[in-house]
Amino acid sequence: MKRRTIIFAPVALLLLLPLTGGCAQVKPWQRGTLADPIMQADRDPLGAGLTDHVYFSREAASGGRTADGAGCGCNN
Amino acid sequence: MSRRNPNGIRIALLVLALAPTCPAAFKQNDPLPPLDSFKLEGKLPDRLKGQVILLDFWASWCGPCRKSFPAMQELHKQYAGRGLTIVAVSVDDKREDMERFVKSANVSFTVVRDAGQELVAAADVSTMPTSFLIDRAGKIRYVHKGFASDETLKQYQEEIQQLLKEPAP
Repeated sequence: MKRRTIIFAPVALLLLLPLTGGCAQVKPWQRGTLADPIMQADRDPLGAGLTDHVYFSREAASGGRTADGAGCGCNN
Repeated sequence: MSRRNPNGIRIALLVLALAPTCPAAFKQNDPLPPLDSFKLEGKLPDRLKGQVILLDFWASWCGPCRKSFPAMQELHKQYAGRGLTIVAVSVDDKREDMERFVKSANVSFTVVRDAGQELVAAADVSTMPTSFLIDRAGKIRYVHKGFASDETLKQYQEEIQQLLKEPAP
């Protein structure tokens, strides 16, 4: 084996090792944190409704988040 | 510098890459490993040998798991006297979360916590809840993934009745 390979192979391996963490699966029994209500984007229906109203009014386009409307900014 | 076999590094990399994809999951017809060989918080039933065991993996944050508790209590009431032992294994990170739910559920079967998540990792369950029905010989006979209310309860009853009829080895 070439001397350069002997030197660089372990270094390359060490550099690649952190990347393996990016492929880690969250097992079903490890989903406690993900299942926390605080992780839900719309955990507050009233707040979500208000945000949608402002968003649709500003963008003059509703229905993007399953809301009805004609893009007039007059959605409830 | 001494000469090294380049295949050594390649084999090591291959093993590293394959290791996470080869878990030793609990499968139907496999023998159940001794539960006391895992570090479980709580007391296991004194007598498990010769019993039909319902081993259930659950967590307080899992909605279907919570729904399964009244059904398991019903099974415990119906069959505990005839040789069924239910062991509900919590995988909660915090003991308080488990205890709060167990207190509200008011159940009388055995509940332990897999604090190090060793047992559940060995079982390698694919969904929560997952339960295993083990016959009197200690062999895993049925695997239930998820919980669908009365339908699952009926299925449990049929399977448990069948296993209870079988003689102990």
